[in-house]
Amino acid sequence: MSDTAEKPKEIMFAQACNMALAKAMADDPKVILMGEDIADEQGGGVFKVTLGLSERFGTDRVRSTPISEQAIVGAAVGSAMVGYKPVAEIMLMNFITVAMDQIVNHAAKLRFMSGGQTTVPLTIRTTTGAGTGLGGQHSDMLEAWLAHVPGLKVVAASNPADAYGLLYSSIMDPNPVIFIENTPGYFVKGPAPAPDHVVPLGKASVPREGTDITLIGYGSSISRCHGAADNLAKDGISCEIVDLRTIAPFDEETVLKSVAKTRAAVVVHEAVRNFGVGAEISSRIHEELFSELKAPVGRVGSGYAPVPFSPAIEKAWMFNQDDVEREVHKILG
Amino acid sequence: MSGLGAAFSRLTPYNNSGGPGRWRYEVCKESVPFRGPQCKGAKPLANSDMADKDVLVDIFTRADLIMQSDIKFRQMIGAGQLQIVYYPVRGQEVVSSAMMAAVNKEDYLVTIYRGLHDQLAKGIPSKDLWAEFAGKMAGTCKGKGGPMHITHPETGVMVTTGIVGSGIPIANGLALASQLDKDGKVTVCCFGDGATNIGAFHEGLNMAQIWKLPVIFLCQNNLYSEHTPMAFATSSDSIKQRGEGLGMRSVQVNGNDASAMYAAAKEAVEYARAGHGPTLIEAMTFRFHGHLLGDTSHYIPKEEMEQAKKDDPMPVLRQQLLDLQVSESDIAAIEAKNAAIIEEASQFALDAPYPPGDEYRIDVLDVEIAA
Ligand SMILES: Cc1ncc(C[n+]2csc(CCOP(=O)(O)OP(=O)(O)O)c2C)c(N)n1
Repeated sequence: MSDTAEKPKEIMFAQACNMALAKAMADDPKVILMGEDIADEQGGGVFKVTLGLSERFGTDRVRSTPISEQAIVGAAVGSAMVGYKPVAEIMLMNFITVAMDQIVNHAAKLRFMSGGQTTVPLTIRTTTGAGTGLGGQHSDMLEAWLAHVPGLKVVAASNPADAYGLLYSSIMDPNPVIFIENTPGYFVKGPAPAPDHVVPLGKASVPREGTDITLIGYGSSISRCHGAADNLAKDGISCEIVDLRTIAPFDEETVLKSVAKTRAAVVVHEAVRNFGVGAEISSRIHEELFSELKAPVGRVGSGYAPVPFSPAIEKAWMFNQDDVEREVHKILG
Repeated sequence: MSGLGAAFSRLTPYNNSGGPGRWRYEVCKESVPFRGPQCKGAKPLANSDMADKDVLVDIFTRADLIMQSDIKFRQMIGAGQLQIVYYPVRGQEVVSSAMMAAVNKEDYLVTIYRGLHDQLAKGIPSKDLWAEFAGKMAGTCKGKGGPMHITHPETGVMVTTGIVGSGIPIANGLALASQLDKDGKVTVCCFGDGATNIGAFHEGLNMAQIWKLPVIFLCQNNLYSEHTPMAFATSSDSIKQRGEGLGMRSVQVNGNDASAMYAAAKEAVEYARAGHGPTLIEAMTFRFHGHLLGDTSHYIPKEEMEQAKKDDPMPVLRQQLLDLQVSESDIAAIEAKNAAIIEEASQFALDAPYPPGDEYRIDVLDVEIAA
């Protein structure tokens, strides 16, 4: 593809989310959006992800709300139970703490507790991620909390095309889905998806094949896995990358297939390493493939501390590409 | 003590025996000629204001079913025939019966752990409800919800929650769907006075008001949350005030008076259906038993409980029917029919089989989960 004209058009992650919302709303009149400042009059969302949607679909369907996270998620739960496909925006993931009752006790459980009589097909979109200097209360990765709750699906895309395809699937999914966007990643570009590009939930991708070790990640960690894989290749180490895309329920089959081949693995995530998603995945690999592994599965995550403010400490706290490379060297001896 | 002192300064002594346990809430002070816990401004209705005979018979029929069910549940639990968590509703029958008599089957209901009266009043068939309370496969929720999590969409009962106050935001969502669909349905959301101290109450009412949602917040104010008297934990003098503070149409009513409660309910329903938005109804009532079965109500002053029982809304309603020339035998027939329904339902609940253990794998997500 030497000719520039033939290169795929590139779009930003935030744009991809906007396009997915627009497509879902156009496809299904029952898709409605709720969140703080999301209508155009209020700016189309603080990160502009919903820009233009209220103009196109009206403020009945694109509703700016008060600062009321419980009320936002509750309204999404209630309307979802009777035929709507609401997409609630929680401005930043840390504010999910305020709505945890609605998410954990209601969204996740009503299908089960009602014996399947009611379902809650809602999507909660939220964004988070360190590296923005926002400090302790605006950058947490809390996906492990949510993945631990039966009845919730948890999704994180690593590139714009996946974001588009996964967000659309999340909205159309008959279960409650938490869709986690990455704040610093909003403006990262990637190839634009075709308009009908859909990524099924629960299916991981293998964006890079290799033979020596499998790097398993999701969301923001994938670009660093690629960086590490490029560097490790110079040392003659061939890395395979598995991008989970759906964190819960995770695609065990793809993960195990890859690790059965490479016989070594590292799980990489931005969230605090302790009690994280990496612990679950590494444990499952050990349960299934213990005798075939070259070494115990490695885990890379961020430090056991709140996200620090000062760029110097924030950088030290957060996992980086070097950590991934170091872990791989440790495992492969 | 200063905090306590401040809280109690708004209270008047129930009698002169003193001590924190001997106080009753000021709102009840003016309740002199009235049945049950009183409320400011509420007066006994003159006969001419009485709801029409058919309506009162309807309310009585529901309320009697609730009363008899409550008695039967307590008996069976006491006898060890059922081992379940149970929140008695005796004393609060009229509030929900009058409320549900004012709505349609298609209208939605969201309620709480103390929900038996609401669920029966809304029309869930006794057999299905009893079986769910007993954890049986034939129950409304295949035994996976239990007493605190009753759902029965056929009769509009969408959510029963064990989390105090948390049904309020969900009720908004149901009402939002009705508003968007223009289906004319209203949503009734029941909770206690204690729930108004939860953040979700304030967030939920604010949102309902700004969006003018067709929802009715029915606070069944029995003056106690668990063991805590309202005045101890609630900063305002009434729940109605809280609704007013949020700009909402708010009324306080003697919920134990069937006619008054029905009138308040009817008005709120019409207001919501006309698109004007929500109403907060503070229905004054009382519960004659502990918060949870087994709790001895030691925190309720004896005199207060005695007075409340003297003002039992059930015999009052029964007498009202007689006054309206409903014959004793007609009333007895209603009671006998209810008794038969309960007899059948309770036996059904005992006899019905439990769900198979691996039923837990179903309804977690839309597909069966792995073992
Ligand atoms: C969020 C939450 N906190 C505490 C509890 C424990 N609890 C259950 S019922 C109750 C009292 C609620 O009182 P009220 O709202 O007045 O309702 P009532 O039982 O009187 O009808 C409490 C504290 C709970 N279920 N949920």
